[in-house]
Amino acid sequence: MAITSVKNLKEFSTNNDRLEGAHTLCPGCAHSMIVRELMNCTDDNLVISSNTGCLEVSTAVYPFTSWDTSWIHIGFENAATAVTGAEVMHKVRKKKGTLPDNDAPVKFVAFGGDGSTYDIGFQWLSGAMERGHDFTYICLDNENYANTGGQRSSATPIGATTSTAQAGTHSYGKKEKKKDIVAIMAAHGAPYVAQLAPNKWKSMAKGFQKALETEGPCFINTVSPCTTEWRFDPKDTIHITDLATESLMFPIYEIIDGHELNILYRPKNIIKVDDYLGAQGRYKHLFKPENRHVIDLIQSDIDKYWTMLQRREEARI
Amino acid sequence: MSVEAQDLKLLANDNRGQSGLENGSGLVGWEEVTQGSVLQSFDGNATGIALKKQEERAYSGYNSYTATVASWRIIKPVYNRDVCIDCQNCWVWCPDTSIISRDKQMLGIDYDHCKGCGVCVEVCPTNPKSLLMYGENTPMEDALSAWPEKKKKEK
Repeated sequence: MAITSVKNLKEFSTNNDRLEGAHTLCPGCAHSMIVRELMNCTDDNLVISSNTGCLEVSTAVYPFTSWDTSWIHIGFENAATAVTGAEVMHKVRKKKGTLPDNDAPVKFVAFGGDGSTYDIGFQWLSGAMERGHDFTYICLDNENYANTGGQRSSATPIGATTSTAQAGTHSYGKKEKKKDIVAIMAAHGAPYVAQLAPNKWKSMAKGFQKALETEGPCFINTVSPCTTEWRFDPKDTIHITDLATESLMFPIYEIIDGHELNILYRPKNIIKVDDYLGAQGRYKHLFKPENRHVIDLIQSDIDKYWTMLQRREEARI
Repeated sequence: MSVEAQDLKLLANDNRGQSGLENGSGLVGWEEVTQGSVLQSFDGNATGIALKKQEERAYSGYNSYTATVASWRIIKPVYNRDVCIDCQNCWVWCPDTSIISRDKQMLGIDYDHCKGCGVCVEVCPTNPKSLLMYGENTPMEDALSAWPEKKKKEK
């Protein structure tokens, strides 16, 4: 397998981009940063499938395509199913020797937003993980249905205001907590599951390469700040991601074979979650005195989760 | 400043950024498309694309490389070669594949695909920054001649 060097950024930058510009994602969207990085991680042929979502509608505007690879889109929920179908077909044709180039290595990748991963495509994803195909599923987690106007999804954290869970005089926004998709996927016994963030490009590139190299179904959850629905300035995408990883709202870690947990990034100075929440318009209402208890709840949840991750890493089980 | 690096049309294919995204004239509408029709994103053989640089690829008119979103922009990044240290931070975090880097060197900005988000300016580590945002209609020379001086550290 031809993986590319991620020793330093200069060497990494000699790769040739395979996601072209003039897609219609918002300025400052992190989706394309993540997709570009994945495609630069390897020189192998890629077969990519996308769930319906921002990425899919923006990169395939008739009559243009932004993908320089094979790319397939079927429905909202079935990127995992589509790509595993392609993977099985490739395996069979390789066995029969009917491929144009039998030795060319091919990697299979599926992209989904958080709506199609946590909610709508969950059953399809779970089935594909259970069947054990050789593919990598990458969730671009922007914590809402951004493509259709910012409705709540089960990835939306508690306290965020969305168009269907609005904050107001009687509500502080979404009242339910975020689903722990990484733990759920690890419980499928997947050989490689990780949560990564685009501001730490090196750990993200290494994680992608590990997932592509690993045989079997791999799942990666990536945080993808949404300038439109999280309500921050487009230039601050990386800054917001920094705050997310430094405040441990999005801890970066991997789980190998469903049990061996490694923390990939430990912030030197853990910042309070207030800094992360205060930088985004969707949490503005939490800073009113009557909503202070929600911030305290988020902070205590983060602390508990971080303690759990550290203990699990120490225990090596 | 080095003039060659700024002259980016030399690098690109002739067909970069030629059509607006709304430009589907001459094509059949989506309801008239027959089963099995194909819009190829490359002319001819597309194998080994990962090993070809953008200017070596044979893009067809259906690849979004040939389209432009320059009209989205109200502010544009201006690049100053003199201050740049080629760290490639802007390259890795550009969401629009608009930073042109070849052989570990930053060459400039692809203004056909840049949407003016300003991420590249935020992640630039030099002092003063080697990328700054200016109004879309500011001439390059004006921006480059008024480049800020190095800021001293506040004690």
